[in-house]
Amino acid sequence: MQVTSSVRQPLVTGGKTYHDVTHDVARQVEGKPSVGWLLAFLTAAGVLALGSIALIATLWEGIGMWGLNKTIGWAWDITNFVWWVGIGHAGTLISAVLLLFRQKWRTSINRAAEAMTIFAVICAAMFPVIHMGRPWLGAYWALPLPNTFGSLWVNFNSPLLWDVFAISTYFSVSLVFWYIGLIPDFATIRDRATGLRKVIYGALSFGWDGAAKTWMRYESVSLILAGLATPLVLSVHTIVSFDFATSVIPGWHTTIFPPYFVAGAIFSGFAMVLTLMIITRKVFKLEDYITIGHIELMNIVIIITGSIVGIAYITEFFIAWYSGVEAEQYAFINRATGPYWWAYWSMMTCNVISPQLFWFKKIRTSIVATFLLSLVVNIGMWFERFVIIVTSLHRDYLPSSWAMFYPTWADVGVYLFTFGLFFTLFFLFAKFFPVINMAEVKSVLKSSSEKVAK
Amino acid sequence: MERDTHFILGVYEDEDVLLHAVEQVRSSGVKIHEVFSPYPVHGLEHVLGYKRSRLPIAAFLFGLLGTSLALTMQFYMMKFDWPMIIGGKDFAAVPDFIPVTFEMTVLLAAFGMVGVFMISSNLKPWAQPRIFDVRITDDKHVMAIDIANNNAMEVDKIKEILKSSGASEVNNKSFE
Repeated sequence: MQVTSSVRQPLVTGGKTYHDVTHDVARQVEGKPSVGWLLAFLTAAGVLALGSIALIATLWEGIGMWGLNKTIGWAWDITNFVWWVGIGHAGTLISAVLLLFRQKWRTSINRAAEAMTIFAVICAAMFPVIHMGRPWLGAYWALPLPNTFGSLWVNFNSPLLWDVFAISTYFSVSLVFWYIGLIPDFATIRDRATGLRKVIYGALSFGWDGAAKTWMRYESVSLILAGLATPLVLSVHTIVSFDFATSVIPGWHTTIFPPYFVAGAIFSGFAMVLTLMIITRKVFKLEDYITIGHIELMNIVIIITGSIVGIAYITEFFIAWYSGVEAEQYAFINRATGPYWWAYWSMMTCNVISPQLFWFKKIRTSIVATFLLSLVVNIGMWFERFVIIVTSLHRDYLPSSWAMFYPTWADVGVYLFTFGLFFTLFFLFAKFFPVINMAEVKSVLKSSSEKVAK
Repeated sequence: MERDTHFILGVYEDEDVLLHAVEQVRSSGVKIHEVFSPYPVHGLEHVLGYKRSRLPIAAFLFGLLGTSLALTMQFYMMKFDWPMIIGGKDFAAVPDFIPVTFEMTVLLAAFGMVGVFMISSNLKPWAQPRIFDVRITDDKHVMAIDIANNNAMEVDKIKEILKSSGASEVNNKSFE
């Protein structure tokens, strides 16, 4: 028996019935694309086309097109990689961790958040591949194959190789998790459709019939996948942070990196989910499903993770001083007051100060404020990675090698390319796939809709 | 009468009514073929008397396979096939093998379990499911009763039981 609480806010507003849920979500897929969607899609595709010029130039000429020099061998590429992977953490966190904690509010946002995860990981994975220089000669170098098919193997002591395993496992498990959830909803669209659409969605729905036995197995699979994905999502950014933490560069060689990176990833991921969901609910008129209550809960996660990140920044600084290691101390003083002070203070302002505004109920329940702050958080998180990577590298051990990093148009263009790719994929998803998990929303409807509960 | 072709369908609007109906119908001696729902109804598998899914066991075994494959691969490559000193570490630097081992455990457990789920539930792109009622993916729960499986009972009697259990509609459905 469901119990309707008089204290809790309903998860779905507007007194929806089961059929309303089906109708509201499926009509986006079935209707003609709206003008708003077309404009958004074409803009994203335009950015993609524009960015691909830079990508082609980089592949054609080599990574000399980027602003890297012999002191700063990693800059925007790895910054963008870590940034995108971080964004790609929210989806699995929402669907897996919140499922384990029985947080029912996840049901309206998990589908889009997981889609975002998958697209963000695709964007992230592009950077290491492009950075190989000539990936077509052997992107397989990263796989556990004998080197150039001789007898020397990949190095399992290297965190960069762990990253290959972590990112590819994360991508494929997230994809499977997302698709399993999509199957019942594709069946819903199949059963409403005729003609070609019925054939396509029929194939996509894998012959789903909604039998109690299948649902029982589906629930069991979801729970186990959530249980597997929870440590997985934590492991991925932990391993990304190992890329830095296991080296001996001042500012990187710290044990705080894994938890600090994971918190930062959740922080930026939730911000990106908010950015996308605020647009999606508006364009697709889904305000009854993605309510102010959802936005407020996500903002609370942002305060928590933002505060963890803030404490991590301060701890890092303190430990650098307390360690008594001159190189460490210098690295941090240089971050705050050296030639990249503006990047450091942008990071501090965007990530530590701005999310604290969400303590005010007025701000965390305001859509405009949330939207703007979600952008600020992601700008801040980009600067965080830039600060960690570039400021640690630009002061070499030999002062004669000290350098600055200046991005070229190709650096900017390749970053733009991933933006175009991300939004093009997201808009395609939003049009052709059900953006809200209909089956799961229906399963929580009884406790939140008066018409159904009656 | 042939098995698995002629059915009586009870259509239910509400999940709680459905749960009681399943108990009621089963206790009156009618064998239920299957219940179809637009979303997972908690407790339905219990009242239907289904055994717990063994998919978690499959996941565990596939996970175990992933762990052992990953460890075997790393030990073979790093210690036996081509040992090399890297950073002064032991050839078999076990702590360094843990991340990859963990990832492969998760990968095989997830894919293995999902594969078993797909096979056991006959989920594949070219599958042609039997749709008892198109509304079962929208807003109705449908209880299907195989007539041939309930030979001992009159069809009208079964319909009577379904009606009294709270079904909003009782229909006939036949497949070729």
